[in-house]
Amino acid sequence: MNNQLYDKLIFELSHEGRQGYSLPDAAVEFHGFGMPAGLLREKPARLPECDELTVVRHYTNMSNNNFGVDTGFYPLGSCTMKYNPKVDEVLSGVFAEVHPASPDEHVQGVLKMYRELQRALSEIAGMAEFTLNPYAGAHGELTGLMIMRRYHELRGDAGRTRVIVPDSAHGTNPASAAVAGLEVVVVKSREDGTVDVEALKPLLDNTIAGMMMTNPNTLGIFEHNIKEIASLVHAAGGLMYYDGANLNPLLGRCRPGDLGFDIMHINLHKTFSTPHGGGGPGAGPVGVRAGLENLLPSPRVIFDEKAGIYRRARTAETMGNVTGGAGNVGVLVRALAYILTLGREHIKSVGPLATLNANYIKERLKDVYELPLEGVCKHEFVFDGLKDKSTGVTTLNVAKRLLDYGFHAPTIYFPLLFHEAMMIEPTESESLETLDAFIDAMRRIAAEALSDPEMVKTAPHATPVCRPDDTAAALKQEVTLDLIKQA
Amino acid sequence: MSKVIDGLYYSETHEWVRVENGIGTVGITDYAQHALGNVVYVDMPSEDEEFAAGEVFGAVESVKAAGDLNLPVSGTIVEVNEALVDEPGLINKDAYENWIVRVRLSDEGELDNLMTAEVYRSTIDE
Amino acid sequence: MAFKYFPHTGQDIDTMLRAVGMSSLDELYSDIPDELQLHRDYDLPKAMSEQELRAHFADLASLNTPFRACFAGNGVYDHYTPAVVEEITRRSEFLTGYTPYQAEVSQGTLQYIFEFQTMMARLTGMEVSNASMYDGTTATAEAMMMTVASARKRNKVLYSATLPRKVQRVLDTYAHYHGITLTRLPEDCNGVTSRESLDEQLAAGDVAGVIVAQPNRYGIVEDYTGWADAVHGAGSMLVMHCVANTLAVLRTPGEWGADVAAGDGQSLGIPVGFGGPHVGFMCTSKKHIRKLPGRIVGATTDALGRRSFVLTLQAREQHIRREKATSNICSNQSLMALFVTVYMSLMGDKGLREVNERGYSGAHYLAENLVASGNFKLCYPDSPFLNEFVVETTAPEPSLEQRCSKAVRNGILPGFILGGNRLLIAVTERQSRQDLDDLLTFLD
Repeated sequence: MNNQLYDKLIFELSHEGRQGYSLPDAAVEFHGFGMPAGLLREKPARLPECDELTVVRHYTNMSNNNFGVDTGFYPLGSCTMKYNPKVDEVLSGVFAEVHPASPDEHVQGVLKMYRELQRALSEIAGMAEFTLNPYAGAHGELTGLMIMRRYHELRGDAGRTRVIVPDSAHGTNPASAAVAGLEVVVVKSREDGTVDVEALKPLLDNTIAGMMMTNPNTLGIFEHNIKEIASLVHAAGGLMYYDGANLNPLLGRCRPGDLGFDIMHINLHKTFSTPHGGGGPGAGPVGVRAGLENLLPSPRVIFDEKAGIYRRARTAETMGNVTGGAGNVGVLVRALAYILTLGREHIKSVGPLATLNANYIKERLKDVYELPLEGVCKHEFVFDGLKDKSTGVTTLNVAKRLLDYGFHAPTIYFPLLFHEAMMIEPTESESLETLDAFIDAMRRIAAEALSDPEMVKTAPHATPVCRPDDTAAALKQEVTLDLIKQA
Repeated sequence: MSKVIDGLYYSETHEWVRVENGIGTVGITDYAQHALGNVVYVDMPSEDEEFAAGEVFGAVESVKAAGDLNLPVSGTIVEVNEALVDEPGLINKDAYENWIVRVRLSDEGELDNLMTAEVYRSTIDE
Repeated sequence: MAFKYFPHTGQDIDTMLRAVGMSSLDELYSDIPDELQLHRDYDLPKAMSEQELRAHFADLASLNTPFRACFAGNGVYDHYTPAVVEEITRRSEFLTGYTPYQAEVSQGTLQYIFEFQTMMARLTGMEVSNASMYDGTTATAEAMMMTVASARKRNKVLYSATLPRKVQRVLDTYAHYHGITLTRLPEDCNGVTSRESLDEQLAAGDVAGVIVAQPNRYGIVEDYTGWADAVHGAGSMLVMHCVANTLAVLRTPGEWGADVAAGDGQSLGIPVGFGGPHVGFMCTSKKHIRKLPGRIVGATTDALGRRSFVLTLQAREQHIRREKATSNICSNQSLMALFVTVYMSLMGDKGLREVNERGYSGAHYLAENLVASGNFKLCYPDSPFLNEFVVETTAPEPSLEQRCSKAVRNGILPGFILGGNRLLIAVTERQSRQDLDDLLTFLD
């Protein structure tokens, strides 16, 4: 039930003299800020003045204009939108009152939680050690690449400033490389999106710091040459970096560490089910193989055998600090809760069931959507638009029309290898009935594209707003209420 | 089908240049504006800045993409198209009418390294 | 093998395998060479029921020392969180939503980000804000890279020694790998940034940006009169690292003439939570919007003319001009941006002002009484502070550590030890008169 007040902003519900908070009596009477007036702000910030119920109704109604995993199915490729368990939510605030400046001996519970998650991730990924500090997948990736640079720096091999990235890689890979001060060298993919080993060989020289890969790749295809690629890169003196965005299908079946990767990150908000929160907070723990542990960022949580306590440590070889504290603790708690709930009995089913779901959708839709790559996929696959493109209905149109059917859109126009790419990843959370309903909607849209293409092209028709004008937004740059008012 | 005008020189990165009296007028091609979609911003250099052939002198940005602008020929910027500051979408209306910069060429011989309309037409038809 | 997070029955699996033309789940992995597959169970604990899970985390929590009052600050402040804030941020439509690429089904997320941007711009006195960043340290590092990207050919950034240490460490790390030359501006005996040193460094040239702190790592409110003019005169940008809550009363980065305001929003009611998740913010002027990293939400209208919100200026983000990126941020700290937006909606100017007044009077009460006890002196008696300050022990015995231990044994976290017998103490609206007096007693 959506109240029509949804289009108001909180500032437009504000009335002078209302307030939405209460405070205890002042501990000490206030007699003014004893500092020069020039140090104080001249005008108030003009924040809203609202009573509590107004605030509650405003944001509750706003939430009704949002799609979430709890409202429906997200077939979003490369995003792994699995169910976010409720008990993990309840537990997430267990350390809310623990101040990060507390001495180690007073935060043994938090630090023990760190060690448990570090060990679990190391076992699952086949790595020697993990840092839980990075705040997001992209942040983990950046941290991992800085570790790669630190490795060469410590060996006195500072001339290695280039990193190889496949042309099918996630867009974040080259951006992270650039921020880490590395120059990107693109290696071609073959038609199935896997790395062209022959094209890779001439790129390997003593300027190469390493190579970034995700496996399975963005087309959901497992790089079966991975061992050869890793040994070529290692022989040239480089390190192998694993982008953990596509780790989910490997759960229970295959470990990046066993494939020859040296450094990797995991997106806890993908594989380990912590909520996306509309864009964050996430967490991007970084794992390293044996021998690289001391390069991890500070603080590093370790168990001090001698003292018998958990500690936050700083090594001489550390790559530095990438966070103010030691990561998004509330997110880490949820991921550990998820792993402990699945336990060794159930975690091994995650990969196979996610893979089964993806293959099921692919096989049931490939007669009406263009499947450029036949064969078994892993957690996701790519369609190149509708099979029958004669009416001009595009991937974007299909995506928008799906919203009318109560499904989120797939990832579209990525990877760039296909013009009308539509990337679908169902995850293991979805039931056969949900998948069938999605397949049914996709087939109906394919039929509508022929019978009533105009209707599909003007979709969505049943959402709170319809096709907002992106161009006007970019031209006007009204990014605050005050900029709207000025206009 | 994108428009290609005879008599202009074209770069592989989809810029065109028209030369009159040692001054080159530079813009992006109709094919490029089409690929970009609605242009929302054009980042332009200052007058008197010097660039070598192929060097990035600015950028053009649409809602979904951004592309570097490479100067097809070496030279000094003598004028920028101020009309694009307020109305970058002019490029979508007519990419040849709405040029981006004018440049004093330092070596007209470099024009030989660019494509003719005929050759450019064949590259974008592929 | 029924399990609560998997809907698949044995029959479902058979149906689906038939549809894909396979006879077993193993066959789905036939493309992975056998020697690369894991042929054993992970070495992990046995699955836990919900009850066992709760008990496990309760056990972990019991290993922490609980404090009834927290005087530790150092960039992370123990403010009260109104119940409404957690209630709203737990709403699963917000919690389980994806990044709002599909504007039609993400107006909730997009609208609160727009409100967040408006509030942060007003709070910092700047024109525009992004959709939030990871935390205050990384936001400041992003600001550093932004000044270098804006300056094109300059590569040097100056930062004040009075920035919180953890911010300095993150700046050092990012600068080292990104190839930025960092120079530290020393502090003087009053615990504030040396102005002479700024002028010398600017005169030396090549400076892209200057990063200062307000309040600084000692809680001192620095006087930056004339700084913006000096920095701009040298063709550089001024970045001010701030504590969000204090901006309700302190002169804003906009009023100081800064080009970028960056910092942490944790002080706007987010629990201390062992350091995260918190939320970074970054605001600037309109002319620098294209160099502003991170997501930005803009207002527009939809096909029917209704006001709606979209992610905008996306082309300037890393995923398009990727090899030239000066930031790799491809998301924001969305839910925490909602957290502080709801907090500010409840508190308003008046609430934030009262919170700052309490912090101020509590901190000054403690400072006066610690000095009066004869055991402590203020490290920077001539510099004004708001709700955080540094004292040093003057009596040789008992040591600062012993005094702090006594407070800890009595359930009070007395502050953050800076080293050299110096203690950094922060006060918020959460500490009662009893808490303040108890701290004075235990430190005595």
